[in-house]
Amino acid sequence: MVPDMARAATTADAFNAVAEPRRRQILDVLAGGERPVNDLVEQLGLSQPLVSKHLRVLREVGLVDVRDEGRQRIYRLNGHSLKPIHDWVRNYEQAWAERFDRLDIVLEELKGQQRNRPKPKKAKPKKKEQGDGGDDG
Amino acid sequence: MVAMTDSGTAIVTLPADTQIVITREFDAPKHLVYRAYTEPDLIARWWSGERGEVTSVDVDLRVGGAWRYVMKANGGFEVAFHGEFREIVPNERLVTTEVYEMPDDFPLAGTPEAEEGALNTITFTEVDGRTTLSTVVECHTKEVRDAIIDSGMEGGMQEAMDRLEQVAVSLA
Repeated sequence: MVPDMARAATTADAFNAVAEPRRRQILDVLAGGERPVNDLVEQLGLSQPLVSKHLRVLREVGLVDVRDEGRQRIYRLNGHSLKPIHDWVRNYEQAWAERFDRLDIVLEELKGQQRNRPKPKKAKPKKKEQGDGGDDG
Repeated sequence: MVAMTDSGTAIVTLPADTQIVITREFDAPKHLVYRAYTEPDLIARWWSGERGEVTSVDVDLRVGGAWRYVMKANGGFEVAFHGEFREIVPNERLVTTEVYEMPDDFPLAGTPEAEEGALNTITFTEVDGRTTLSTVVECHTKEVRDAIIDSGMEGGMQEAMDRLEQVAVSLA
């Protein structure tokens, strides 16, 4: 077994745990539903010890939960512990959402200006027709 | 009168450690979105969102030209970004550097990586009169990326304080 030297530096919290691309891959797969370890190994194309190591890190920070079913260990995503990360990004997202809501207003005005701008008239003689109510009243 | 359109909210994703992708669809053709995105008097009307007032917008829209936006946030402090255009395809695409002028108490403030900032690629894609605006923010390091996301926190400080107050009241 490979000594787990990197662990202390990577498991402080959910933020650090998801900094590792393969752990994010694991979370992406688990977002589709719970999976036994063997499925994860197959889907990710990684070695079983490596997947297990990442799962242990994810479990230590509470990002995944595990249960035993017969001889299998089934992992699932614990969405609740992703909340701090979500909240962190959400604030930034919210800032852009507010900007874009205002940009919508600017765009509506620009569209209005475009509509109201008099169109260049073509020098085409206008034919008067019956039923054209334009000059009536 | 101004019609409010409900085109949906901004979507922010973090596809890699050094990237942020922001997308949003607008109910307008791309040449108008491009105008709103590049003309100073128009930028001034939306860039601060609900978090303050834009106090200054300079845009020198040519390759090698600089831009700088400053807002006075509701908390009284200033938030500023600046950059330099690297590529300009009118109504289609902008590539620009973006440097967040970090407050002094930010751990990265004044460091070379912070001064270097990010490289933004902004694309305007129109389908059936609607435009998707997509911004890919490519940072030199994860730390800079995270600091830029924290800038949302800076601007949102007032709201954060309001929420904190609510929590404190509920605990009392």
